[in-house]
Amino acid sequence: MSSLQIKKTSEQYDVIIVGSGAGGGMAGYVLAKAGVKVLMLEAGPYFDPARDSHQFKWPWESARRGASTVRPFGDFDALYGGWELEGEPYTRKDKTEFEWFRARMLGGRTNHWGRISLRMGPLDFKGKSYDGATDDWPISYEDVKPYYDKVDRLIGVYGTKEGLENEPDGLFLKPPAPRLSELFIKKAAKKAGVKVIAGRGSVLTEQLPGNKDRGQCFYCGQCGRSCRVYADFSSSSCLVIPGIKSGNLKVIPNAMVREVITGKNGLATGVSYVSKDDMQEYQVNGGTVILAASACESARILLNSKSTMHPQGLANSSGIVGKYLHDSTGVSLSGFLPQLMDRKRYNEDGTGSVHIYSPWWLDNKNLDFPRGYHIEYWGGMGMPSYGFGGGVPHMNGLVPGRDGQMKPAGGFGASLKDDYRRFYGTGIGMAGRGMAIARKDNYCEIDPDVVDKFGIPVLRFNYKWSDAELKQAKHMQETFESMMHEMGAIMTSKPKGPEEDYGLLKPGEIIHEVGTVRMGDDPKTSALNKWNQAHDCRNLFVVDGAPFVQQGDKNPTWTILALSMRTAEYILDQKKKQNI
Amino acid sequence: MNRRDSLKAIGISTLSTALILEACKTGDASKVIDNETLAETAGRESFEMERIKKLRAETFFDEHEMKTITVLANIIIPADEVSGSASDAEVPAFIEFIVKDIPSHQLPMRGGLKWLDMHCLNLYQKPFSDCSGEQQLEVVNKIAYPEKAAPEMRQGVVFFNRMRNLTASGFYTSKIGIKDIGYVGNVPNVWTGVPADVLAQYGLSDV
Repeated sequence: MSSLQIKKTSEQYDVIIVGSGAGGGMAGYVLAKAGVKVLMLEAGPYFDPARDSHQFKWPWESARRGASTVRPFGDFDALYGGWELEGEPYTRKDKTEFEWFRARMLGGRTNHWGRISLRMGPLDFKGKSYDGATDDWPISYEDVKPYYDKVDRLIGVYGTKEGLENEPDGLFLKPPAPRLSELFIKKAAKKAGVKVIAGRGSVLTEQLPGNKDRGQCFYCGQCGRSCRVYADFSSSSCLVIPGIKSGNLKVIPNAMVREVITGKNGLATGVSYVSKDDMQEYQVNGGTVILAASACESARILLNSKSTMHPQGLANSSGIVGKYLHDSTGVSLSGFLPQLMDRKRYNEDGTGSVHIYSPWWLDNKNLDFPRGYHIEYWGGMGMPSYGFGGGVPHMNGLVPGRDGQMKPAGGFGASLKDDYRRFYGTGIGMAGRGMAIARKDNYCEIDPDVVDKFGIPVLRFNYKWSDAELKQAKHMQETFESMMHEMGAIMTSKPKGPEEDYGLLKPGEIIHEVGTVRMGDDPKTSALNKWNQAHDCRNLFVVDGAPFVQQGDKNPTWTILALSMRTAEYILDQKKKQNI
Repeated sequence: MNRRDSLKAIGISTLSTALILEACKTGDASKVIDNETLAETAGRESFEMERIKKLRAETFFDEHEMKTITVLANIIIPADEVSGSASDAEVPAFIEFIVKDIPSHQLPMRGGLKWLDMHCLNLYQKPFSDCSGEQQLEVVNKIAYPEKAAPEMRQGVVFFNRMRNLTASGFYTSKIGIKDIGYVGNVPNVWTGVPADVLAQYGLSDV
């Protein structure tokens, strides 16, 4: 029998970063560029969009024609991972629901995300001061604004200056023009009283000033596959790989972190991990440890890092780690525009992010729910994939045929074949992404009974939507219905009633989960200070979605990037002052 | 990188075998590369490649079932003046693969094919594929319109819905089908907005 031993390296790194997504990538980039010796551990394989992207593949190049059998967003989507990973279970408490999405690859989810890049607004940071419905962050929009600006310049984002109070403008590249279906939406939205503005996406519609390594968008609409010329933001292409090229950042892929090691004085000394390549145990040493493993995985690592000095897990003397878990709400509705039947064919792939969107446009003081949502739209003549035309044998019974006569839905043969052509490109849809309230009783914790295939104790989730989210979902549906009505669309998905939570998706399904290691001024009610530094351990930081006190109705990536950059600069400053 | 350089970069990375080989060496998908799977390995995890290889080595439908699937697929999508038929686009082979890939299709497909044969056997004393073209259409007509089908044909309707969707999936994701449907994207271009004639057609020039 072989003896189990932990392989320890004598090498000492300045900083060890766990995770290579938006948060880890940004911290690694800033620190490595500043000359700090960084080791990054990633639980999945190495991934470079220039080499590994499935951009420009045709559906027949996938045996399953793009079906989502092994990749939740389709066979060409860039993501390695999903809601279920073999040998890495998670559990749920008291029949509550939570779907935990995990990316396992260099760059994490940023390889396939929607690139919708929104800043949180002043009200999002100060909800308690505003109306008491949510907690305040220890920082304000003004504290983060300089970093949002720097992220805009470093990475690039398109959009338009609108001057909206809680939807702050950035330093924008030109936005893509709306597609045909989006013009119908704009027109209908006006009638329905819904605001529609240009999308905000991290796609280079123009050359990024000062950057020679990234290409310009050529409008294939396939950002989800990741971009071979780095024309969209992925942490892999825009942060980690440039970091490696600086000579100061090393990455160990397939390294599944078990725990953060602390010394007798309670400070972090390194990290232990199991290598998926050889299933051996390793330990690496660093002067500072930064967790960026995703909100729930970082919480899991902290809770599993128990020691005499940190008996409840690291950074958890408050008992707050894992609590305040929240994901965006999500509701959608789809239909088709009969006036677009037999439409002229042309290439409208556009960018792979949103061309238009609706920022929250109402005042919650006049509504029966406290926080709002934004709306994303889709539609058009997309590339066929598995499932193509599935709705046609239903839709063809809803409108007259070429001869002006109604006919029964379904069919076959030449007339059905004609219908597939007639209905192509008529589809339209909208989805709300809303602010869910961060609540202490929505949490993840260590399941006392279950370990994964590496022997690491797994997370158990407890999450319930509250009245605030349900009423918001109801409002979304009503808004979508009125817009569909205004543009003369025929709905193909049915609005859902209270018995189906008004179509509200399960928590975790929007993949904006944050809040599990929240920041705050009071060490009794927060795990991190306003610099994302652990109250209990000054050389430990968390820079993914976990530090969020309260997410806005904004997708979290841009804020993760800004806060991670802010933390990295703080670490440089503290190192200079020899405080860490 | 300007646009021209961007385009050059894709050209190189999609065409160069050297780069693909490089990807196989350094990527996670290094375990099961052979001639058949070489082009598919970049950007794939090894379990994905193993799965594809395993599925390709398996056979689900027997010869008779494949014959029936082919007849049905061609009834659903026949050749017309625009494009070829479902079997021209190799839809039956796609269906054979996809039921192995998505096993929840297996029972309803196998059972549905059997239901169809039994229905024909009772009516015409022959399995579906041996019936005359006229008889085949008579049966299909009874199961192709969910809202007006007789209640006792329900199982046939449910089977035909699935068969029709799989046929459409297979056909419109083939070269023939993409050309037929008129999808003209998936090429580098510059998107400047809806063409003026289309804007005029829908009266949206001022939106």
